[in-house]
Amino acid sequence: MSRPAASNAAVPARFKPGDAVVVRRAYPPGHVRTPWYIRGHHGTVVHALGPFPNPEELAYNRPGLPAQPLYRVRFRQSQIWPDYVGGAGDTLDVEIYQHWLEPAGAAP
Amino acid sequence: MTDSHVHTPEHAHPHRHPPRPDTDDTLGHYQIMEIAVRELLIAKGIVTPVEIQRAIEAMDARGEALGAKIVARAWTDPAFKARLLTDGTEAVRDFGVDMGTTRLFVVENTPRVHNMIVCTLCSCYPRMVLGLPPDWYKSRNYRSRAVREPRAMLREFGTLMPDDVEVRVHDSTADMRYLILPQRPKGTDGWSAEKLATLVSRDAMIGVAFAREP
Repeated sequence: MSRPAASNAAVPARFKPGDAVVVRRAYPPGHVRTPWYIRGHHGTVVHALGPFPNPEELAYNRPGLPAQPLYRVRFRQSQIWPDYVGGAGDTLDVEIYQHWLEPAGAAP
Repeated sequence: MTDSHVHTPEHAHPHRHPPRPDTDDTLGHYQIMEIAVRELLIAKGIVTPVEIQRAIEAMDARGEALGAKIVARAWTDPAFKARLLTDGTEAVRDFGVDMGTTRLFVVENTPRVHNMIVCTLCSCYPRMVLGLPPDWYKSRNYRSRAVREPRAMLREFGTLMPDDVEVRVHDSTADMRYLILPQRPKGTDGWSAEKLATLVSRDAMIGVAFAREP
């Protein structure tokens, strides 16, 4: 299935690599690609991947436009799981669309 | 079961075992839906049965050998490796791979960082370079524990990770598909790409194992 070219109908990017972000703590119904376990957590943008049609719309056969910028966001495992067993430096990278992210102040 | 008996080397099976029940004689909701949609698409002339068969054959033809060739070339060709890590989608066109609507994101394992892939939401997998995923990759067990306790998960694959190595899990939640570039094993200096490819396992490219030792 071909998807419409996203770049000419995209939401402007709000974030860049290095930015501190927090994942929205929201629980809407539907086809959501933001894992439950990561909502509400603080992370750092590591890659800005460009705009992609919104999968929450594509899932219902809508065009998914305007496209949402997609980011790879890095989280510290020890902050996601309080009883995490492993190195203090262990990390988790998750792809998250911009409308799920808010700017965070200083890293927690 | 009334036919219980002790199996010993001398036990010569003079009788029939009760047959195991078939596990494929009941269709689930989504299996029935898939058949219905497929039949409708064929009835409406949108696809033909031959086209569906060709697509299945093309998917079955993709496998870990393709991924292994890509990894071996990256180990032997620094310019290709740089392209692969910068824009995997573009670089794997050299191997005739079209990523379709997804993009290939290649991450490199180093002595300091070990990467592994999971899709906690469903079963996103770099099918265009590795073929169909193994069943365990789609299991709830792997999908939940790979993010929750990756080191314990790795241990179960026989992959012991020192504490001073950062374990980095990639949750493949959206439009990227991930391929791990494993560390090249020691003792392989001067090896051809073709020979190196024999050391690259599927599990190493998912990041739950190391490349094989020579």
